[in-house]
Amino acid sequence: MFRQNGSFAKTMEVLNAIFVLPFVDMFTEPVFFAEVVVGGLLTGVMYSLVALGFVLIFKASGVFNFAQGAMVLFAALTLVGLMEKGVPVWLALIIAAGVMVIVAVVIEKLVLRPLVNQPDIILFMATIGITFFLEGFGETVWGSDIHRLDVGIPDATFEIGGMLLNEFDIWAAAIGAAMVAFLALFFRYTVIGRALRAVADDHQAALSVGIPLKTIWIVVWSVAGFVGLVAGIMWGTKSGVQFSLSLIALKALPVLILGGFTSIPGAIVGGLIIGVGEKVAEIYWGPLIGGAIENWFAYMLALAFLLFRPQGLFGEKIIERV
Amino acid sequence: MNLKKTLIAAMGAAVLAAPLVAAPVLSSTAEAAAEQFFPMIIYRTGAYAVGGIPLANGYGDYLKLLNARDGGINGVKIKFEECETQYSTKVGVECYEKLKGKGDVGPTVFNPNSTGITYAIIPKASVDKVPVHSMGYGRTAAGDGRVFPWAFTFPTSYWSQAAAFINYIGEREGGKNNLKGKKIAFIYHNSGYGKEPLPTFNKLAKKYGYDFKALAVDHPGQEQKAAWLQVRRYKPDYVFLTGWGVMNQVAIKEAAAIRFPMDHFIGNWWSGAEPDVLPAGKTAIGYIAATFNQPGAGTQAHADIVKHVYGGDAAAAKKGQIGQVLYNRGIINAIYDTEAVRTAMGKYGNKAMSGEQVRWGLENLNLTEARLGELGVKGFMGPISVSCKDHEGGGKVMFQQWSGTEWKIVKGWTDTMQDVIRPMIEEAAAAYAKENKITPRAC
Repeated sequence: MFRQNGSFAKTMEVLNAIFVLPFVDMFTEPVFFAEVVVGGLLTGVMYSLVALGFVLIFKASGVFNFAQGAMVLFAALTLVGLMEKGVPVWLALIIAAGVMVIVAVVIEKLVLRPLVNQPDIILFMATIGITFFLEGFGETVWGSDIHRLDVGIPDATFEIGGMLLNEFDIWAAAIGAAMVAFLALFFRYTVIGRALRAVADDHQAALSVGIPLKTIWIVVWSVAGFVGLVAGIMWGTKSGVQFSLSLIALKALPVLILGGFTSIPGAIVGGLIIGVGEKVAEIYWGPLIGGAIENWFAYMLALAFLLFRPQGLFGEKIIERV
Repeated sequence: MNLKKTLIAAMGAAVLAAPLVAAPVLSSTAEAAAEQFFPMIIYRTGAYAVGGIPLANGYGDYLKLLNARDGGINGVKIKFEECETQYSTKVGVECYEKLKGKGDVGPTVFNPNSTGITYAIIPKASVDKVPVHSMGYGRTAAGDGRVFPWAFTFPTSYWSQAAAFINYIGEREGGKNNLKGKKIAFIYHNSGYGKEPLPTFNKLAKKYGYDFKALAVDHPGQEQKAAWLQVRRYKPDYVFLTGWGVMNQVAIKEAAAIRFPMDHFIGNWWSGAEPDVLPAGKTAIGYIAATFNQPGAGTQAHADIVKHVYGGDAAAAKKGQIGQVLYNRGIINAIYDTEAVRTAMGKYGNKAMSGEQVRWGLENLNLTEARLGELGVKGFMGPISVSCKDHEGGGKVMFQQWSGTEWKIVKGWTDTMQDVIRPMIEEAAAAYAKENKITPRAC
């Protein structure tokens, strides 16, 4: 009887810790909860910046670009490497963007063109190869040391209503939002944008109506390179430019699963949900099981969404007629 | 058979016979000039390359110095080979397997440069009879040489470091008893390495009555806002960091972002090098970290490295990161290992030492102030004495502070409460021995 009572009490304690105490905590300290949510939103925008590069290439070619993280690293390394050689920031930005266009041209010519109409998995494998090349080439040219990056974005901390915020995070959010708006408009209202959507639907059909596949791919990989450059600046300013930048791609995966691989607004909404979700989970539920749950929680959240919407929140519904 | 064919046949026979004739000559030459082989498990690429490069440079440069200046160790030339792991335990084990059969008389000693790799190769090394030296990292229990005859952790361990940290902040608070009621947050890399000091912190929390909160950060540590939001809410008096690679740089920035006072933010000795503080700029000023070597390039050994290894080119030496905290740590790692070889030669003679002989050298290593002076590193590192029982060597720790341009020692050799730590080590070693059916040696 005592044993049964002890077991019941323990069960109630666990249920209380999971379903009651975290919410009590949120309501009793609302300012801190708000700070957690805002922190999550701002982090989420940073994830979205990385996820955007994946979405662009997936939209254009149906290829999951495994190399997006390496492109972030390579773009940031190029920028900071030029700055360290005394090139002014504005010029280094232009040159780094130019280098990403060259990377796009080379990838199209040497990797994508020979693989037109090959199964998606072949193109995916090719992007793994591109990853290894860009990481190795970047480190060969610019070295493996850490590089401090400062492009002049303010980094002071300020307090609003008891919440501590960082100017840099606000700037990152603003830049991310502006990029999403620009890209959404670009792909919706420009000729290239429409051509891109056609290419994404069917390579051969797009070719047959005169859409220049090669040009579209170069444009898309270039834009993904620019997005990578911006993501690299934001993440590189926080941590210094170093190899681990290429690993932030892992942070973008749950965002993509949740937001949908083909939706630019999905990337930003997915980023925000993952950002807030992982922070709230880590702070209010993490201590129950020893902490450090935010990485896997993001994937769990994304997987839960997959059960109900396999195409993600904003992804195109997959209809296959048999 | 014409002349041409005869000549070709003769030449062919000569080519085939040459190795047979030459082999005894070559092998006897090789025996006479057997080299001391140092396997180097390193990482110059990957997410943790920023820390791995200076460590490898310092170690390699000191070995080169001995060859160039002294003709090796007591006249025995040094040979070394690097194996790249990218800080991956799996690859590290492959490197161990690849290098363990190399060298004229086998490898000298393995420095795994990773706690994960250390854990993986300790059981193998005792079978292969090769010593493993995890200098200030790895399995802390290996400080008990009775259970771990082939593993060495000197000059100190993570448990001793945690005790030194408590001692240090206790002194700052006017005595360890004043730590009662203070709050200490521990931010750690969510890995075997990061978790290693937890038993010490928990034990000392009971003894001194401080409140303790451990916050894990997942690999690689690029994003750790959740941990720092918890720090902000917890309002600790001190934060102790056990990070590596990008985790350190981000942690320092996040601490600054929540306006945590930098002189109350203290990192372990793998969280206190130039790459950790430089990306944070001015916000890192005042940050403190543990260390067991002096910063800077002011010793005779450094001058000799510039002269003999870099041909007097100070700029090239600077590019090789000479004088940086982790470069210096690579140097002292090499000093420990080469002096252990020299100690072994004192017993076995001036020839290439086998793993078993080097193990004896490590176990009888006694680096006095006088010997450190002879090596040109007096004051750069502490004197140390290793024994059959004590593979940690006493474990003292210093603390250094970042001024914005350089590290400066702010607290000299700090006691590591061996009255508390040593019994913990012996208890953990005994548990390992029981689990693995090892009969401890009598020392």
